[in-house]
Amino acid sequence: MTVSKVVLAKLSPTMEEGTIVKWSKKEGDPVKVGDVLAEIETDKANMEMEAQGAGILRKVLVPAGGKAPVGSLIGVIADAGEDISTLLKAAGTVAPAPGPPPPVAAPPPPPAAAPVPLTPVSGPRAAPVPPPPAGGRGRVKASPLARAIAARENIPLAAVSGSGPGGRIVKRDIESYAAGSPAPAALAPPGPGPSVVPFPSVAPGQEIPLSSMRKTIAKRLSESMFTAPHFYVTVDIDMGAAVALRDQLLKGENTKISFNDLVVKACARALPRFPLVNASWMGDRIATHSEVHVGVAVSIPDGLITPVVRNADRKSLLEISQEVKDLARRARDKKLRPEEFMGSTFTVSNLGMFDVSEFTAIINPPESAILAVGAVQKVPVVAEDAVRVGHRMKVTLSSDHRVVDGALAAQFLGEVRLRLENPISLFA
Amino acid sequence: MAVLTMRDALNQALKEEMARDPSVFLLGEEVGAYQGAYKVTQGLLAQFGEWRVRDTPIAEEAIAGVAVGAAFIGLRPVAEMMTFNFSILALDQIVNHAAKYRYMSGGQIRCPMVLRGPSGAAAQVAAQHSQAFESWFVHIPGLVVVMPSTPRDAKGLLKSAIRDDNPVIFMENEVLYNFKGEVPDEEYHIPLGLAEVKRAGKDATIVAWSRSVVTSLAAADLLAKDGIEVEVVDPRTLRPLDEDLIFESVRRTNRCVVVEEGWRYAGFGAEIADRVQRECFDDLDAPVVRVTAADVPMPYAKTLERAYLPQPEKVVDAVHQVVYR
Repeated sequence: MTVSKVVLAKLSPTMEEGTIVKWSKKEGDPVKVGDVLAEIETDKANMEMEAQGAGILRKVLVPAGGKAPVGSLIGVIADAGEDISTLLKAAGTVAPAPGPPPPVAAPPPPPAAAPVPLTPVSGPRAAPVPPPPAGGRGRVKASPLARAIAARENIPLAAVSGSGPGGRIVKRDIESYAAGSPAPAALAPPGPGPSVVPFPSVAPGQEIPLSSMRKTIAKRLSESMFTAPHFYVTVDIDMGAAVALRDQLLKGENTKISFNDLVVKACARALPRFPLVNASWMGDRIATHSEVHVGVAVSIPDGLITPVVRNADRKSLLEISQEVKDLARRARDKKLRPEEFMGSTFTVSNLGMFDVSEFTAIINPPESAILAVGAVQKVPVVAEDAVRVGHRMKVTLSSDHRVVDGALAAQFLGEVRLRLENPISLFA
Repeated sequence: MAVLTMRDALNQALKEEMARDPSVFLLGEEVGAYQGAYKVTQGLLAQFGEWRVRDTPIAEEAIAGVAVGAAFIGLRPVAEMMTFNFSILALDQIVNHAAKYRYMSGGQIRCPMVLRGPSGAAAQVAAQHSQAFESWFVHIPGLVVVMPSTPRDAKGLLKSAIRDDNPVIFMENEVLYNFKGEVPDEEYHIPLGLAEVKRAGKDATIVAWSRSVVTSLAAADLLAKDGIEVEVVDPRTLRPLDEDLIFESVRRTNRCVVVEEGWRYAGFGAEIADRVQRECFDDLDAPVVRVTAADVPMPYAKTLERAYLPQPEKVVDAVHQVVYR
C-alpha cells in the first residue's frame, strides 16, 4: 500500500551532506513511525534519524560508512509485497561504501522530512529538524515539574545535576541551580572542566579524508577570514584579584571556576554596553542583537565546536561555569543538540591551558568579534617602584572592521579588563 | 457544638431523616429489636415502630432486593449490611438492579436507596471480616459511593445520601464508630461529591478516606516534627469524585501520596493516581506513591494484622519518598 522514501534529513542548519555512521535497522526489519533508522554524522554532531513512514525497511541504498547529500535517497520503506523496483531504478546506483561523496549537481534541496511518503500515511508530518528543545526527547531524567520550571525559566536541564533517585532532576535541583549553588547530591565530584583533548594520532605522509566537521570548519572560517576584514587589539590584564577570587570560591564554596568562566562572564557583562561588538554584518546593514549569547570554543577530537551560553548576561558566574562544563563535556561526546551550538552572538576562544601567552582567532560568522584568551602567567611586574610577581593574562579581540572600529574594540576591551581586574563586580 | 461519636452522629442522621420524611425506613439484620449490631439504629424501633424499622432474616440478597423494589416504587429504604463483607452476597441486586434501572428505563425508574454498614478491618476479625470493598463499588456506573471519616461528615453525608435519588453505597468503619468529633447542633447536610481538606500543608498532598484519614493525620503529626507539612485531602465521596480539589492541592504541593485500606491491585487509589498523573503531569515533582493493604488475605495474628494495614509510619515513609528527604 505504502512506499516511503528514506531521504537523508537535514539534521543541522549548516549540514549539506551526512555520513551514515550506522543503520539501526537492517533490510527486512519492520519499522514503525518514529523508530530510529540510522545514526548520521553531520558536520556538527552525530544525530539519530527517525523513520517517518511505517512498513519494512526494504532497501538500504547507502550502507554504514557511506556519505550522501542532504535530501538524497538512502533507503526505502515499504510493505512486504510492494513493488519498489521502479523507485530503485529511478534512484540508480547510489554511492556505496566510504569514499568521496557523489558529485552534487544541483544545490541541496530544502530541509526535507525523511522519509517522504509517496502515498499519504497518516496526515502531514513536520520535518524532523530541528530536534525538540531540551528535555523533549533527551535522556536527561527530570520530574515533569522540574522540566516545566526549567522550560519556564530558560534553564538548560542538561546543565543541572539531579539529586533524585537514579539522578532524576527534581524541583529542588532546579531551584538550587537557579540560585547558583549546586544541589546537595551534585556537590560530590566537581565535573570535568574544559580539559585538553588528545589529538588523534596521524601518521606523517598519510592522506586524511575530510570529515563533515573538517569541511564545515574549512568552509566557514575561510569565508570569514577572506570576507571579513579582521583587525586585532590586545590588552594585558592584571589577574591578581581574579586568582584570589578563584581560590576563595574553591575554599569557601568548594566550587571550581575557571579563568575562562570569568572571561565569559566579563564579556557577557560588557557586551550589552557595546551593541556593535554584539552584532552581525548583513551586507546592506548591521544587525545588533538584543540578546547576548556567548559561544565558547571547545576542542574535540576531530575539530572544534562552539557551544553557546544563552543569555549569558543574565546568568550568574556559577551558572555560566556549570553550563560551560556540561556543554563542553557533551560536545566531546558529540551529544550536543543543534540549538546548543547555534546562534551565538560573540565567541570566546581560550588556549590558556596550553600555556599560550597570546594568539589571534578567526571570527565565527556571522558574529563581528571573537576574543582569544591566553594563559594567566606569573610575570615580573613593577608596582610601587619595585619588581614583584604578578598574574597577567593577554586577550586579543579580533574584530570585523566592517562593523567594529579600532577605538570601539579598545573601549570594549577596557571594559572587559576593568571587570576582570575587579572581579567582585562580576557578582553584582 | 456537641461532641458525638460517629455512631451517635449516624443515629441522629437516621432519626432526623425518618422524622422528616415518612418514606424513609430501615431494614437489616438486628436493626430493630437488638438495636443494631453496632448500635447505630439504637432507639429507632421504639421511636418509629416495626413498620419503619424492619428486622430481616440473614439474607443479604433479600435485604438488598427488598430495598431495591421499595425504592423503585418511591420509598427511601436505608438497608444495613451488618458489615460490607456480606454485601458481596447482594451484588447482583446492587450491580444489576439498583445501579442499572435508572439508566435502562430512560430515567423512568429511580432507586433512591442507601446501603450502609461498616467496612474495613476492625481488630482481629481475620480474612473474611476485614475487607475494604470500596474499589468494587466505585467501579459501577450508577452507584454513588460515600465513605465518611468524621462524625460531622458521617451525619451530614448520610442525610444527603438518604435524600439522593440514586442508590448510595454508604461505607462506615467499625473502628471509627467510637471516634468523637464536633457535630453542629443545627440542621445541616453535606452535599455528596465534595472533598474536604482535613489538614492544610504545603509539602505533599495525601489523599485518604475513611479510617485512612485518621492514619494520615497521625502521619502528618509525625512529619511535622521533621518540618514536613502535608496536606490531607479527604474525598468523602469516592464516586462521583471531587477531583478538582485534589488537583488544586497537588498543583500546590507538587507531590501526591494516596492512602487506602484496600488492596493495591486495581484499588481505588490507582484511579486517583491515574487522574493526578494525567491532569497534574507538569506539576509533579515525584511519581504518585500509594500506601495500601498488603496483597494477601488479612491475617488473624495481631502483629501480622498491623503489618498488613496502612500505618502512620508507612505513610511517613511514602511522604519521604515523594519529597526526597
